[in-house]
Amino acid sequence: MNWHEKSLFELSQAISAKEVSSVELTQYFLKRISQYKGLNAFLDVQEDLSLRDAHFADELIAKGQAGPLMGIPVAHKDVFVTKDWKSTAASKILENYLSPFDARVVERLGVRGAGMVCLGKTNMDEFAMGSSNENSAYGPALNPWNMKYVSGGSSGGSAVAVAAGLTPIATGTDTGGSIRQPAAFCGITGIKPTYGSVSRYGMIAYASSLDQAGPMGKSAADCGLMLNAICGHDQRDSTSLRREPGNYLRLLGKNWSEKGQLPLQGLRIGIPEEYFAQGLQEEVGRSVRAALKQFEDLGATCIPVSLPKTKLSIPVYYVLAPAEASSNLSRYDGVRFGYRAKDYKDLTQMYERTRSEGFGAEVKRRILIGTYVLSQGYYDAYYLQAQKIRRIIAQDFQTAFTTCDVLMGPVAPQVAWKVGEKSKDPVEMYLEDIYTLSPNLAGLPAMSIPCGMSTDNLPIGLQIIGNYFSEAQMIQIADHYQRVSTWHQLAPSSPVISSGGAL
Amino acid sequence: MRQTNWEVVIGLETHTQLRTQSKIFSGASIAFGAEPNVQACPVDLALPGTLPVLNQEAVNHAIRFGLAIGATIAPVSIFARKNYFYPDLPKGYQISQFELPVVVGGTVKIQLDGQTKEVQLTRAHLEEDAGKSLHDDFVGLHGEKSSGIDLNRAGTPLLEIVTEPVMRSAAEAVAYAKELHALVMWIGICDGNMQEGSFRCDANVSVRPQGQKEFGTRCEIKNLNSFKFLEESILYEVQRQIELIEDGGKVRQETRLYDPDRQETRSMRSKEDAQDYRYFPDPDLLPLHITSDMIDAIQLTMPALPSTLRSQWQVSYGLSDYDVALLTQSKSTADYFIELLKLIVSDLVKPAANLMAGDFASALNRDGMDAKDSPIRPSHLAQLLQRIQDGTISNKIAKDIFSIMWERGLTSPLAAQGVVDAIIEEKGLKQISDVGALEKIIDQVLAENQKSVEEFRSGKEKAFNSLVGQIMKASKGKANPSQVNQILKDKLTN
Repeated sequence: MNWHEKSLFELSQAISAKEVSSVELTQYFLKRISQYKGLNAFLDVQEDLSLRDAHFADELIAKGQAGPLMGIPVAHKDVFVTKDWKSTAASKILENYLSPFDARVVERLGVRGAGMVCLGKTNMDEFAMGSSNENSAYGPALNPWNMKYVSGGSSGGSAVAVAAGLTPIATGTDTGGSIRQPAAFCGITGIKPTYGSVSRYGMIAYASSLDQAGPMGKSAADCGLMLNAICGHDQRDSTSLRREPGNYLRLLGKNWSEKGQLPLQGLRIGIPEEYFAQGLQEEVGRSVRAALKQFEDLGATCIPVSLPKTKLSIPVYYVLAPAEASSNLSRYDGVRFGYRAKDYKDLTQMYERTRSEGFGAEVKRRILIGTYVLSQGYYDAYYLQAQKIRRIIAQDFQTAFTTCDVLMGPVAPQVAWKVGEKSKDPVEMYLEDIYTLSPNLAGLPAMSIPCGMSTDNLPIGLQIIGNYFSEAQMIQIADHYQRVSTWHQLAPSSPVISSGGAL
Repeated sequence: MRQTNWEVVIGLETHTQLRTQSKIFSGASIAFGAEPNVQACPVDLALPGTLPVLNQEAVNHAIRFGLAIGATIAPVSIFARKNYFYPDLPKGYQISQFELPVVVGGTVKIQLDGQTKEVQLTRAHLEEDAGKSLHDDFVGLHGEKSSGIDLNRAGTPLLEIVTEPVMRSAAEAVAYAKELHALVMWIGICDGNMQEGSFRCDANVSVRPQGQKEFGTRCEIKNLNSFKFLEESILYEVQRQIELIEDGGKVRQETRLYDPDRQETRSMRSKEDAQDYRYFPDPDLLPLHITSDMIDAIQLTMPALPSTLRSQWQVSYGLSDYDVALLTQSKSTADYFIELLKLIVSDLVKPAANLMAGDFASALNRDGMDAKDSPIRPSHLAQLLQRIQDGTISNKIAKDIFSIMWERGLTSPLAAQGVVDAIIEEKGLKQISDVGALEKIIDQVLAENQKSVEEFRSGKEKAFNSLVGQIMKASKGKANPSQVNQILKDKLTN
């Protein structure tokens, strides 16, 4: 059986029907992980521990305690701390770091929560800083559609693992597009929920006011199923919402309007003109427009809207995120845990060498930027100014939502680029984030769904941005599209995957 | 002579450790004296993925303080990160409040040389303490001499209380610090233990020529953990600055440390070396909102403040400055007196205050006790006062009974009722007020002291007192003194 082609619903059904056990599924995926090691999707795999959890899940299943995710394997981005797997955030400074506790997301999904079996930790850009996974201290996760290309970032490993069928679903985090962009590059579905929906406890912090965890899976419905398990208030995270999340699948299959003949009749889709401006690759634009046409066929109406400050999202993000990061990463000082330089003559040198040797180039760059913008004399001009524009950006979205229900556009201006192609010029890479940054700055939910393939046979993603707490509607809308399209069902063929693989 | 030309300007910053069960942003205990690092949880160690959660009790304490000094309690205040690297600062930043503190303004009244002065406060803000670096006698993992870090204290809640530069002498600074110290203990937000670092001051000191408007350049003396050091360090620092200026030098803005052994302050770092702390709002914590309902609820739990009690007792019972100062020297003493007031008639308040200022205070002092731990409870004092008033015992006998009760109470708790009467009965201490019985004793004493009688009659007034003493002695102190006086006077002048 090709279990890696099955949805979570199909796997859940097979488990309930005793067609397959959790242990068998776990073994199946562990085998694929080892088979496709060359993708570099995983940073830590502990087969015995995964199987231990799978046995535990099988015992629960035997007792009849089967929830919808019980016994199904999952992979976690290495940004979530775990007791049993190393938690490095793909940094040398946390090489071999073991956490004494599990992240809240890991806890909620685990065998003592929803019952999922952890397959291991996935590769990422170091401390989630990057858009290509090339900033991992352990080498980039490679795009399974063509291993010469990047997977996107920062949740590249999770996107690769799902796209290559190494796991049925994975967790990711998104600070400025880190779920959506790799999902688009690898041809999978990913959701960044409303800020505060998912606890950040146990997520290694990059930029606290922007970081948000979310699912990366094969379809909107699969992602919704995982959202149900990970959302909810956590008293250990002060920014976690006290709101009852509800069932994210409650609108699945339902028509947008009760009176509508067509599934999405009455849905108003806002098309931000700035998202189709200069810099958008032609074939990406073409695929996105084709998808919008399909939404119109489903009954929706497209309305032109404007998000005038879209361009400013790049400087605003690259002031605020590094500012928070420079402070969040101060704890990696070699004093209590993690990497410490071998030779130093005093405390200052210990700090300098530990951090110089332990952090990669991009992380250092952002710490420097962040330290600079928070410094006396620059704070008002950079940090405060950026905060003001951040509020204006959020306001622009609210203005747009007075005339439409959701916004749609491309996830990224281009498809995946070749490994090494952009890594020389950080600013060029920063510009690739233009469509994904604003929802984080505004705290809005946003998702990426596959909507086409480039002439080089690389996936193209469509972005759906909703208003606060509209995840259930976004899943409903995306699911209707996925019922009439097949882009999300495409999978890279094995020969491509293994061509550069380790086997 | 020249020294009188200089005016001293002092502002104090006081770090008050708040009395809470757990740390300000984690659930770890803040009890003092544990083995190093056993009271440091993942949040305190700043392990990856941990997040701070604000302890509401610390906020309530800040509100209590604001109410006690008549300050504005900010409806919205912001926690900010103060960024710097130090091994005892696990996150690489301290969570504090910067632009918007929780308490703004307010005043503390101090008494000095019979004068009252108001010290204006700038602000009070919540923050976390850092850990401790251990340098002396610390042994490393492999037995080597090393430095260590104890993070038990990291995350301990502090209220940093900042005054305006309004104090003009070391004595004023000490008076303010003592008043503040008493106040934070009074309202129950701090245990006041200065040895354990629960109350530490930084003094900002400058001098300027008398009459000059602008402040001189200030130096900050850090971490003064006793009133004595506070006073000594300011006196030294003032002298140093004046001598420096008079010798043609300039005061450099800097942070200094006080060395109690050498009784001098030493430069720690200059302003040029001062760090840029890169304050910014902590994105892990929401703005702190305090509603008027929250403030009202806390107002209901506030004890009456010492200044209120002092004037109330002076007006209602005519107690002296000395009495009310003594009765309000600690919350526990005042609570004791308030309890006693409920049990006695108003005629007895003055004697009650005398008793508490006298025997009671010295017994507590002698045994190193707090009023709340006293073996003699307010009900026992009330019984004693009652028996003095109704003439059953004299003041002198009362002292004896007090001692007996104290001793017995230390071994086992005294019965609530009838203790005083039982002792009077048991020891036969009832006052002799029967005229016949008294005359009998007096006649005998007069017969045995003819010399004194003669002396009195020849005009030596002192002889009268000597006779009274003899009579009291003969009655084993039980004779009613006023009756003795009367009868004796009658007999001698007739």
